[in-house]
Amino acid sequence: MKRIGVFICHCGINIAGTVDIEKLTSQIKEYPNVVHVENYKYMCSSPGQQLINQQIMDKNLDAVVVAACSPSLHENTFRTSVQRVEMNPYNCEIANIREQCSWVHDDKQIATDKAAKIIKSMVEKTVLDEPLMPITVPVNRKALVIGGGVAGMQAALNIANNGYEVILVERESSIGGHMAMLSETFPTLDCSQCILTPKMVEVDQHPNITLITYSEVVEVSGFVGNFKVKIKQKAKYVDWEKCNGCGDCITECPINTPSEFEQQLGERHAIYRPFPQAVPNKVIVDMDECIQCMVCQVFCPTDAIDFNQKDSIVEQEVGAIVLATGYQLYSLKNLPEYGGGEIEDVIDGLAFERLLSASGPTQGVVKRPSDGKIPQDVVFIQCAGSRDPENHMPYCSRICCMYTAKHAMLYKHRVHQGRAYIFYMDIRSGGKDYEEFVQRVMEEERVVYLRGKVSRLYEEDGKVVVCGTDTLTRRNVEIKADLVVTATPIRPIEDIDQLSKLFKISINQNGFLTEAHPKLRPVESLTSGIYLAGCAQAPRDIPDTVAQASGAASMVCALFSSDQLYHDPIIAGVDEDLCSGCGICVGVCPYSARTLNREKGIVEVNEVLCEACGACSAACPSGAAQQRNFTDIQLKNMVKAILG
Amino acid sequence: MNNKLTLENIQQFDLDEFQEISGENIFACYQCGNCSAGCPAADFMDLAPHEVIRLLQLGQIDEVVKTNTVWICAACVTCRVRCPKGVDLSKIMEAVRQIVLRKKNNYVDLNKIESELREKLPQIALVGNFRKFTL
Repeated sequence: MKRIGVFICHCGINIAGTVDIEKLTSQIKEYPNVVHVENYKYMCSSPGQQLINQQIMDKNLDAVVVAACSPSLHENTFRTSVQRVEMNPYNCEIANIREQCSWVHDDKQIATDKAAKIIKSMVEKTVLDEPLMPITVPVNRKALVIGGGVAGMQAALNIANNGYEVILVERESSIGGHMAMLSETFPTLDCSQCILTPKMVEVDQHPNITLITYSEVVEVSGFVGNFKVKIKQKAKYVDWEKCNGCGDCITECPINTPSEFEQQLGERHAIYRPFPQAVPNKVIVDMDECIQCMVCQVFCPTDAIDFNQKDSIVEQEVGAIVLATGYQLYSLKNLPEYGGGEIEDVIDGLAFERLLSASGPTQGVVKRPSDGKIPQDVVFIQCAGSRDPENHMPYCSRICCMYTAKHAMLYKHRVHQGRAYIFYMDIRSGGKDYEEFVQRVMEEERVVYLRGKVSRLYEEDGKVVVCGTDTLTRRNVEIKADLVVTATPIRPIEDIDQLSKLFKISINQNGFLTEAHPKLRPVESLTSGIYLAGCAQAPRDIPDTVAQASGAASMVCALFSSDQLYHDPIIAGVDEDLCSGCGICVGVCPYSARTLNREKGIVEVNEVLCEACGACSAACPSGAAQQRNFTDIQLKNMVKAILG
Repeated sequence: MNNKLTLENIQQFDLDEFQEISGENIFACYQCGNCSAGCPAADFMDLAPHEVIRLLQLGQIDEVVKTNTVWICAACVTCRVRCPKGVDLSKIMEAVRQIVLRKKNNYVDLNKIESELREKLPQIALVGNFRKFTL
């Protein structure tokens, strides 16, 4: 006989209003194994917890059932509380008589009967509950940050400054990400590169950071504290140990090709670095363009060119991973009504950033791509694909209102007599000093804000005719513009699906990585040990990205602060005597926690990976897969008590 | 029928001069509509007060002049008191009136009014009719 105490909470009138507490108390008193029943107004309060602990000692209780709200709210409270009087936390169970009973019923009689059944079934479970100890796992105090944009760099620096080793993997040959492409940043108009490059250098020189650029993670295994990753280093055809970044090879290379960094508005050579401030300051060869004339080899003073280089794989073991894979812009090809990318003088926001940038292809002089003329009438189109659930992306890309205002302002600063027109649906300028910035653009720069979408645009006589409307005056608008800049949606990177499969973390319907809780756990993924930062999770601006990256870094540091990790011991084990080694459970396990040991003919469980979903227990034909404290017998007894 | 807004007519009217006459920056207005919502005379106006500003922002003063709004405005400054951007709409209304008056158009030919009627009309009505007649 187990000695069980039942403690019924009134929760003010939340429960007591619908459930007859006194009647319930007397009903439960009679139930087998129950040696003490008591009710109290707020069991979760400090006196309520003391009351439970007092009775555990006075009545020498083996286990307690707290009949109160959902276990998602206070299970942890009560389990922590009973530990103070030496009770195993897993001998404390919650019977949910609020969300599943009092809140959903009006009839006091029915609610009271139901509450009694819920409590009785929980008592039945408790009778067979075993005391459990948390599973301990060692922590490898080394972090992997994927993505070398501002988010990844910030996360890496924060973790490294806390004294932990960091591996920063970047797909391109230089870190910097999109922020390195921007001209000036809103709302302060800081030069983007000027504030970013010191950070890039800091990352490069930090003793705790290992920078692995031009590389991608191709394989991930393991679990929190103990991940194993394989990183593919793409062939650069340049020995970076030897390359001193002098750039002699670049000047001599005869091949010219559109530069990705310059958004195709400028050119680069076949051997190149994406931009002059690249970190690391090394060159790579684009084999798709290279004609192997070997001129670079001739001019290289350090003999670094190596056309025999092959892709290589490095393996690393890390304890935590930060995903900061960033974004791409929705292609103009998807917007046929805006020229579908076919009209040269219709460009996207990033391309316009390069036209404004002092280090850009035009040295900061705004020249339109088609003929290099300085545009006199520029039309900006906001929500060019965002907030369009029917045809394009349903969400707001969040940064376009601000960068379009900034674009218009910078354009007016560069071309004083020029005129800027912005088509908008709404202005969303939620951010510190953002609204003031937009109002300044309207008031002082006299940028013409037109409230309405552009239905289409077309080329005519060297101009782009923009057909829109201004709903405020109920007038259609037709502007023969010299240049059109579209604010196209922010999208996750192209291969986000692969990334999500690789790391076993989910993405939402738009492809952005899903956080563990939208409000309270915004930087964690649902897989413990994997954290999120930047636009990979959702569109966001630089300050928010940096803040989130620091948040992710602090989560990593918190994880690294202890020698061991604790994993919930409620997992599904294997009864080796019953297991026939059929392997059905291996296939149904969504966490890859179960493996078939062919030699022994049984299934083995990696306890740390098991998240206690119960899929294996349901699938197991022999009853060998039993979830701790949720065994078949316990569940059967619980059902019996409810039907009882 | 409304005219389409094109480069030929957007902001082609001299807005700098307008700002000088009114002393107000019409581009400060972000069209919240508080002026119209609180205007005691709005119900009698062809264009609501905020619509006047919007048309002026786009340089469409001809549209504004066609309507009775600026003549109905009694400059009670309720709008100015409530404007979140501190735009004094009554001064803008006055500026529009000034621009119309400065054209010195006579809308009434005294000689065409019957002398009997002329004698009965108060002088102020005659002066008003000379300049302010709107369509």
